[in-house]
Amino acid sequence: MLNNILIAITITLMYSAPLTLAAIGGVISERSGITNIGIEGMMSIGALTGAAVGYFTQNPWFGLICAGIAGGLLALLHAVASISCRADQTVSGLAINLIGPGLAMFLSRYFFSGATMTLPVPVKLPKVVDPIYFQNTPFSSLSIDASVVIALIVVIVTSFVLYQTKWGLRIRAMGEHPAAVDTLGVSVYKSRYTCVIISGILAGLGGGTVTLAIISQFTPTAISGQGFIALAAVIFGKWRPIGAYLACLLFGFSQALVILLGGGSIQIPSTLLAMIPYILTIAVLILFVGRSSAPKAAGVPYKKGER
Amino acid sequence: MTRSISRILKSYFMRTFIAVLLGFVVASAILFITGYNPSQCMAVMFNAVFSRPKFIVNVILKSTPIILTGLSVAFAFKMGLFNIGAEGQFIVSTIASAIVGLVFNFHPIIQVPLVIMSGVFAGAIFGGIIGFLKSKFGIHEVITSIMLNWIALYLCNYISNLACFHKPESDGTYPINESGLTLFMYKWKFSEEGRSFLKNNPVLNDIILKTDFNFNFILAVIIAIVVWVVIYKTRKGYEFRACGLNPDAAQNAGIDVNKNIIYTMLISGALSGLAGALALTGSSNPVIHVLPVFENYGFNGLSVALIAGSSPIGCIFAGIMFSALIYAGQSLQFKLGAPSEIVNIMIGTIVFFVALSVIIPVIVDKIVEKEERKSA
Repeated sequence: MLNNILIAITITLMYSAPLTLAAIGGVISERSGITNIGIEGMMSIGALTGAAVGYFTQNPWFGLICAGIAGGLLALLHAVASISCRADQTVSGLAINLIGPGLAMFLSRYFFSGATMTLPVPVKLPKVVDPIYFQNTPFSSLSIDASVVIALIVVIVTSFVLYQTKWGLRIRAMGEHPAAVDTLGVSVYKSRYTCVIISGILAGLGGGTVTLAIISQFTPTAISGQGFIALAAVIFGKWRPIGAYLACLLFGFSQALVILLGGGSIQIPSTLLAMIPYILTIAVLILFVGRSSAPKAAGVPYKKGER
Repeated sequence: MTRSISRILKSYFMRTFIAVLLGFVVASAILFITGYNPSQCMAVMFNAVFSRPKFIVNVILKSTPIILTGLSVAFAFKMGLFNIGAEGQFIVSTIASAIVGLVFNFHPIIQVPLVIMSGVFAGAIFGGIIGFLKSKFGIHEVITSIMLNWIALYLCNYISNLACFHKPESDGTYPINESGLTLFMYKWKFSEEGRSFLKNNPVLNDIILKTDFNFNFILAVIIAIVVWVVIYKTRKGYEFRACGLNPDAAQNAGIDVNKNIIYTMLISGALSGLAGALALTGSSNPVIHVLPVFENYGFNGLSVALIAGSSPIGCIFAGIMFSALIYAGQSLQFKLGAPSEIVNIMIGTIVFFVALSVIIPVIVDKIVEKEERKSA
């Protein structure tokens, strides 16, 4: 029993860490008024960059930093389109989702002699709680990655900045009524650029933790849908960092449930079990969460001087 | 710059054309940087699509499902709904069509509509769930869509492995009964008589015998026209567009927004369902199989709808272009060893420039203004 609980905790935290990073990125971008459905693409490029740099430099931390930068660069494209050019943010985000995975696979083939997967990284990100310390104790199946801690710190910092600081107030106001913020002498364009790029960096880090902490290489399926799950978590959490984090934890927990039930005594086809997280999400939304409304100005291009 | 030139530049068609051109430029640049010869690559891609009648026909055949999913997305867009769930609706439709096509075996006159309608129905249900949850509980359509996509994927894998449908030593089901296929003269073209007739006619031989020749594309074009009529020429379509433009104003004008959300998603789902059903019945290997990842019919529909600017007629052309690019990308990999993913980058760039192209009218207006000031 204790063993199962520990496994559940381990899997929950492991699955939710990359989702959390990406979802917090989504929260920051959307709170500033820029819809970001390109998270999936930014995660993909982060996942590849993390694995490739981690492989060539043998330093997972350097890989993770580069993953963040790669995600941020892709987000810069989204920012230019949706802020400076006032393009449709959904279209631009979708373009990022096409370019990101395409570029990731293209680069993988280029650097790894035609293969769509990279070679395994020699050193993975360290674990904070390593099962090796607990050998022959009841805690031997507990394992917590450094990425889990990073994700938690990001949640706390974002929540603090958004709700307790002047910048946070400005960011939130920008998502509701950008013109009001502009009249106070704050540059909406500049702040939105910052928020979108931070969102890309976090999504890139999320992708990087997948390939540097969970699996140790980039494969075409390394990022398959996590970005969209993160997007759902943003909405699920009602555009709040803590809410998004809880949504990611729920999702991670239901993944743990899938694995635990799969190994249980009752035989249920694994394909049916795999549906649990998605059905559970819808059920929780119906029963507990309900109506949610996006920041008012999210998705609406802002033109200086317009009311 | 004269007024007529500025008007042409500002038109949606021209803007999209420029976006496509820029997509090719960026792809060429990336190919050049990574050591491939861009002009050679473009020549290979051009030949892959136009050098044989068979290739042209294949591009059109492959465009049918994504035109329909594109229509599905475009339709929901008009109502202000983002149907990212076209993928899931497509998958459940293939599941339903496959089951009905396997279980029943009527005369084609009954069987074909039955198989297709079951797919359409399944797609509509899946779309309807999204609409219902949004209008009843206020749950954002994007979340439900994403979740239902995955549920559909795993449902497909479950059904593919069920003992009663699963074909041993394959990753999928048995092919559906022949009576449910919409292939053109399926039996005749493989018979003695058909073969000898087609032999004397190299072009027909190429396009009928060597492809899964069918008329689904024509149906897709008709549906596109119907969708256009419904959106722009009917009262219901007017209501949908009113809800999309301003739901509060529509509600005040006496339009039941919540009901229209459900209707829209039912229709949008049905269109994706039709895409799935026709993709199944128009294939010479009509099976559903285990999906390790999404096959992107629905997601490609998103791109098609966005490139087309949500215009139903535009979806036809965007769908054909999309299908041609994917088809050409495969031969790029095959003939030159250049990563076929360049096509994804190219499509992404095109979509990106389509998004950026809203800036063109602004720039054109500025230039015109400057010139007028100079001459004045």
